[in-house]
Amino acid sequence: MEYTLSEEHLDNIERILQKDFMELGVHCVVLIDMAGNIISSLDNGEMAQDIYSLAALAAGNFGAVSAMAKIVGEEEFSLLFHKGEKENIHFSKIMDDFLLISIFGRETSLGFLRLKVAEANEKIKKIFKS
Amino acid sequence: MAFVNVKKKEVQAKIVYYGPGRGGKTTNLEYIHAKFSSRIKTEMVAIKTHGDRTLFFDFLPFDLGKIRGYDVKIQLYTVPGQIKYNATRRLVLRGVDGVVFVADSMKVRREKNILSLRNLQENLATYKKNIFNIPLVLQYNKMDLSEQGIPILPVATLEKQLNSKLKAPSFEASALIGTNVAKTMKKIISMTIASLQKDLK
Ligand SMILES: Nc1nc2c(ncn2[C@@H]2O[C@H](COP(=O)(O)OP(=O)(O)OP(=O)(O)O)[C@@H](O)[C@H]2O)c(=O)[nH]1
Ligand SMILES: [Mg+2]
Repeated sequence: MEYTLSEEHLDNIERILQKDFMELGVHCVVLIDMAGNIISSLDNGEMAQDIYSLAALAAGNFGAVSAMAKIVGEEEFSLLFHKGEKENIHFSKIMDDFLLISIFGRETSLGFLRLKVAEANEKIKKIFKS
Repeated sequence: MAFVNVKKKEVQAKIVYYGPGRGGKTTNLEYIHAKFSSRIKTEMVAIKTHGDRTLFFDFLPFDLGKIRGYDVKIQLYTVPGQIKYNATRRLVLRGVDGVVFVADSMKVRREKNILSLRNLQENLATYKKNIFNIPLVLQYNKMDLSEQGIPILPVATLEKQLNSKLKAPSFEASALIGTNVAKTMKKIISMTIASLQKDLK
């Protein structure tokens, strides 16, 4: 079994990622599904990461954290964030099946990013429902 | 569940190597990584314990090239075989498109194979997938051990115990030496692609 999204949907998603994230100074933003497939990804050209491995690990990581949440009686942990020296990673669930990963540096504030993620979440939801 | 990107003309599909602990799943991927280095441009990702047991999964992306104009990317995963890791094992199965069941042919592992196969069936069911419908290949691994005088289950016995109802394609293999590792992979890839292609235009 497989699924697909129309080119128009993909274009719209890419536009959101570009406007809300890349133009904000985020280094890399990736929308994946919970199986670890990449739906859409953008980066600033300076990132040399292996994006497929990143997606596989992010999906696994998010799945593990969700399972932990259930064990301690939480529906889910709303904030998933890893802080590094130069790069930080933020994860956010989009509906039940998708995950938005943003990689950003010191110049971007976490608070502002979270705001953008929340906005993008609503916009992407609308796209999937249209 | 595979994702078809109509914009990039790309298909991503997920194949999972399943089976009892120490059966040779990771060794399969290591061999593939070494053998097909031209198609695999990245390092293998392995989340493992200090003792080299898989803790979460191994991951290897494999570029198949173009099929009907689509760039096909196969994502190979292994699960942790140890019984206690069932929660993570189930997570790895999420969205799976095809399964290789790596059985351990050693006589002493007879029971472990049967339990692991049953566990696969249960875990697939949690995703509403049926072991009888999903592309599946069986691999009877460690056949090389018979030369060292280690008791090995005859293929007929393995077939009877594991494959009498499933009737999946099966291969005798040695992941360590590489015997039939590529064959196993090619078979599961072609079955997985065939099941996707029904809808791929
Ligand atoms: N002789 C022989 N040994 C093998 C073969 N395949 C794997 N092994 C050995 O069996 C041991 C376990 O192999 P792994 O590939 O780590 O097993 P696994 O299925 O990934 O195990 P878990 O990660 O615990 O689930 C290693 O020492 C391998 O070298 C084989 O075909 N023949
Ligand atoms: Mg392993």
